Amino acid sequence: MIRVQNLSKQYGQVMAVDNISFEVAEGDNLILLGTSGCGKTTTLKMLNRLIEPTAGKIWIGGEDITAQKPELLRRNIGYVLQNNGLFPHYTVAENITIVPGLLKWDKEKTRNRIHELLQKLHLSTDLLTKYPSQLSGGQQQRVGLARALMTNAPVLLMDEPFGALDNITRTKIQEEFKELDELQRKTIVMVTHDVHEAFELGNRIAIMDKGQIVQMGTPAQLLFKPENDFVRNFLKAQRLQLELKAITLHDVWYSLPSAHDLPDSGLPLNTNESIWQAIQKLKGDVKQIMLKSAQTNEVKLVTFEQLMAAYNHYQNTLTA
Amino acid sequence: MNQQQQSLWQFVQQQSDKLLSQTLEHIGLTLVSLLIAIIVGLPLGIFIARKKQLSGTVLGIAGVLQTIPSIALLGFMIPLLGIGATPAIVALFLYALLPIIRNTYTGITGVEPSVKEAALAMGMSARQILFKVELPLAMPVILAGIRTATVINVGVATLASYIAAGGLGEFIFGGISLNNSNMILAGAIPAALLAILFDVLLSVVQRVSFKKLKYALFALPVIIVAFAVYYLVPSASGGKLTAGFTPEFMGRQDGNLGLQQKYGLKIHTTVINDAVMYKAAFEKQIDVISGYSTDGRLKAFNLTVLDDDKKIFPPYYAAPIVRADALQKYPGLEDALNLLAGHINDSVMTELNYRTDQLHQTPERVAKDFLVANNMFKPSRKGKAGVIRIGSKVFGEQYILAEMYRMLIEGNTNYTTSAKTGLGGTKICFDALTNNQIDFYPEYTGTGLLVLLQPPAVKLQQITSNKEKTYNYVQQEFNKKYSVKWLKPIGFNNAYALMMRRQQADELGIKTISDLKHFLDRN
Repeated sequence: MIRVQNLSKQYGQVMAVDNISFEVAEGDNLILLGTSGCGKTTTLKMLNRLIEPTAGKIWIGGEDITAQKPELLRRNIGYVLQNNGLFPHYTVAENITIVPGLLKWDKEKTRNRIHELLQKLHLSTDLLTKYPSQLSGGQQQRVGLARALMTNAPVLLMDEPFGALDNITRTKIQEEFKELDELQRKTIVMVTHDVHEAFELGNRIAIMDKGQIVQMGTPAQLLFKPENDFVRNFLKAQRLQLELKAITLHDVWYSLPSAHDLPDSGLPLNTNESIWQAIQKLKGDVKQIMLKSAQTNEVKLVTFEQLMAAYNHYQNTLTA
Repeated sequence: MNQQQQSLWQFVQQQSDKLLSQTLEHIGLTLVSLLIAIIVGLPLGIFIARKKQLSGTVLGIAGVLQTIPSIALLGFMIPLLGIGATPAIVALFLYALLPIIRNTYTGITGVEPSVKEAALAMGMSARQILFKVELPLAMPVILAGIRTATVINVGVATLASYIAAGGLGEFIFGGISLNNSNMILAGAIPAALLAILFDVLLSVVQRVSFKKLKYALFALPVIIVAFAVYYLVPSASGGKLTAGFTPEFMGRQDGNLGLQQKYGLKIHTTVINDAVMYKAAFEKQIDVISGYSTDGRLKAFNLTVLDDDKKIFPPYYAAPIVRADALQKYPGLEDALNLLAGHINDSVMTELNYRTDQLHQTPERVAKDFLVANNMFKPSRKGKAGVIRIGSKVFGEQYILAEMYRMLIEGNTNYTTSAKTGLGGTKICFDALTNNQIDFYPEYTGTGLLVLLQPPAVKLQQITSNKEKTYNYVQQEFNKKYSVKWLKPIGFNNAYALMMRRQQADELGIKTISDLKHFLDRN
């Protein structure tokens, strides 16, 4: 869907982005991860020509992005900013309908789409007539997301979309974000400096440093097959938690014991979820959790100890 | 207090026509200049917000324009644009420019970058970003600038009356010249109210959201154009000749009121400051002015005085006035002072004033040249018999006369002199004389009569038409009341006079004010 080739951006003597190339497949969720000044935001903004590259080429949907006027290009790419970038002088409804307005949608279509999106994003229709300053931070960010999703653009660019939120709100919105069916179909490129966020939301991660991509791969590849010390050190601090997030229940399914007597009730956890998710449920009095394989529909009942044993086993096979 | 208010109310009622037209002129001047300033300032502010390297230069120039004193700026306008509404509007426009440019620049550069980025990223064109994002968000700041400019303009527009552009300044400055507080207030209160009114209206606009404002923005030019039309049409009409009178002259019985009553003179009149009046006449901006008959500019600009054949202007013959005890104490002083009597007529005095005012020669040199040419100059005797203290008021003619008297006293008597020249005004000079701080100064019969003695109207009518009667009356009364003696008149009459360009007066065959009236009636 997105192809980037030998992309560079030079500011004076500084190479902000230094000859990078990568591809994002349709429906992929690529996270550009790195510290401040690593070139991740510059890279993102070159994708919708907010910044023009010094050298290199970009194709979106097979088309060179310089082929059309930047305004027209941008109308078909969703964009979410860290500080939401909502127009303070527009109501929520007006903010959301900016792009449909630019694309000259008819009113009926716009209205239907608004209501569809509000529901999905857990926003009340009462908010439509409010101004951004009257909303909470979480609501503002949801509205920002709604604005970017409004026209069903196939590509979504997100610049630290949850960076300005407090921890609790962030976790909540990240959860919703993962569950949003709209996003499953989209090709997303997201910038963040938050390692957890990257591992939580990305199915591919590109770690950047000094304008270059140090390593790009799935979360598990970065964790278990780091190509160099930079990647290793970058992930070292929160390694255990990241690993638990990177490994799905499906990955360790074979080493979990089969169940004997299952309780009749209770909703099982899908094996597409990470071990971390399963552990999250094992809090307080809950000693066991029911899991259900996404492939075979087989159900298992496991304890914390069993999960950790399976995790250790998996880790050993990877590093062996 | 109550009486004061009532008489102010009466004044307003009497002059309600004038007040209304002045107020409308004032609003017209303010709004038209403001509209032009917005039309120029807003795009300029947007432009420098885009090209920030130019912002320093543009704001600097606008700032310098702002620091030019208003009267000086109006003065600069006369050679370029003449007098009337156009130069006043240009000057007001220049004043309004800085707040509008600066606030537009500040407002636009102050728009949250993330909002601009969002607009860009959503695919808005530069034009859409300007009109849908930047201008609406900058609008409160821009409107604050427009508010500032409006209030400045309402204030500065009072000065427009100096260059015959009308407005409430006519009452204010007329009132100041005539020492008529009702007249001042009749101009000042509406001006203040206008400033408050505009400020309140704009503050309401500022609070209204931009979208509602759009309708107002369509209405505004219509209102302003309507005003502009109303305002500009009357100044385009008018008689064949135009008069420019000072605010003081406009309100005086021995001024425009007398011209209307005694001569029945009907002439299209504008109000103008005396500093620019002569020049405006010279440049054919106006045809008839109310000047002073011995003013040096009369010669500088080749103007001619119309004869006051019905004698409505009281005579202002100059003569030294001396305290009686000084005359006794210094024998021979009276003879020395009377040496000048009858030697300087109007045209000579005009010539002498011309040399100091226009050629910038020192009063001392002008005085000496005159005395030498008339064989009256004698070198100082450097006598030790006493010190005579000479006073003078604070304008050129009086300095020249004081110098002449100094030379005459020192050359013809054994006294020396000390000069206390440049005393602020009639009242100050006269108080200095009666309080034995000076011994004499040159005074004018009309001033002595109207400013110092202030006799009842009936008496005035009897005597002001005749210069001898006036002189005799002030001589008697000063002697009786103040023990001050009027010596023999010097000869010239520095009175109010109507003046025209010599060439035009000759062409039209106008020599007297009656001629002027007949000419106007015929055409």
